[in-house]
Amino acid sequence: MERSRCLEAIYDELADCAVVTIMGAVAVELYSLGHRPNFFYLEHAMGLASSMGLGIALSQPQRKVVVLDGDGSVLMNLGGLTTLARYAPGNLTHIVFDNQSLLSVGGFPTATATGSDLAGIARAAGIANARTVTDLEDFREAAVAAIRGPELACLVAKVEAVGPKSFHMDLHMLENRFEFQRYLRPEPPDPQGAPP
Amino acid sequence: MPVSERHSKLVYDALVAAGVEVVSALPETWLVHLIRLAEDDPEMILVRLAKEEEGVGVSAGAHLAGRRSAMLMQNHGLLQSVNGIVSLAQLYKIPLLLVISDRGHLGEPDPWQTEGGKTTRPILDALGIVTDELRDPAMVQLQVARGMTLTQASLHPVALLLTRDLMWEALA
Repeated sequence: MERSRCLEAIYDELADCAVVTIMGAVAVELYSLGHRPNFFYLEHAMGLASSMGLGIALSQPQRKVVVLDGDGSVLMNLGGLTTLARYAPGNLTHIVFDNQSLLSVGGFPTATATGSDLAGIARAAGIANARTVTDLEDFREAAVAAIRGPELACLVAKVEAVGPKSFHMDLHMLENRFEFQRYLRPEPPDPQGAPP
Repeated sequence: MPVSERHSKLVYDALVAAGVEVVSALPETWLVHLIRLAEDDPEMILVRLAKEEEGVGVSAGAHLAGRRSAMLMQNHGLLQSVNGIVSLAQLYKIPLLLVISDRGHLGEPDPWQTEGGKTTRPILDALGIVTDELRDPAMVQLQVARGMTLTQASLHPVALLLTRDLMWEALA
């Protein structure tokens, strides 16, 4: 399964979500499908995309938040999975593309190449709805269900270690940051009409 | 416990008055009362962390989503957070109010705190983070308000050090 095909498969579903991606191939491939103001590409700070997603999800409980993470980044913030599990915001979906390597820095294998199971770790951290998918159609179904569903979900997608030819994005980090902040204003209304 | 409940309340109230709606924290002795206050406040979003660096991400998300936050940490939490501070907060111009217990400074009886104590100020200086010391209870509210104003205006972290003078109360 190719990550770029996975992104394509959920691109429409992401239209109304606040999306936080990690740097490298994930960012470039999503950007190549067509940038939107609701996409934020975290171009450094490995491991913190999920923490950012948590901050957004807790701050705006009516907003659907999707984090597009990777195995290398998750491995740098495994403790963060326990924090996600502790607060378990139902509006947060954590998608982890696991290519078992640090692709953009030489392709060296990560610990998932030697047996570490990120969905298993997520479940053991307390995220009950955590699973691994290896097939594109399974991915699409599971991702859409997770985004639309009412509970915190962690979806690990096993993907090939292939990436884009170029990592160039014609979007300055700060332009992206201020645009994304503007997108998040105002908060979406509570569908139940309850006071915030 | 000789950690000052009264002064912890002063700091907490100052954070609330400064508009803080999200607090991330990892406990240590000096922060116990502050964290309890956040926990008991139904209006406060308290995020208990596994490691302090996560708090930079949480604060960044909160800021972009329109909420003011503060990070409660020991000075060793600052050491844990440096990468996140540089590669998220500073790179992306995110305000951060770092409320740091000033362990390992004058009067520190715990030998294990003393190395960290020596590095706190030089590291904040090296990061270009404007730092103030909370010492006089009468000044706490103003200093916290000013720290918040500066971090929001500069889109850069600001640090407030919780000093022993403020946080530690001799047993009567």
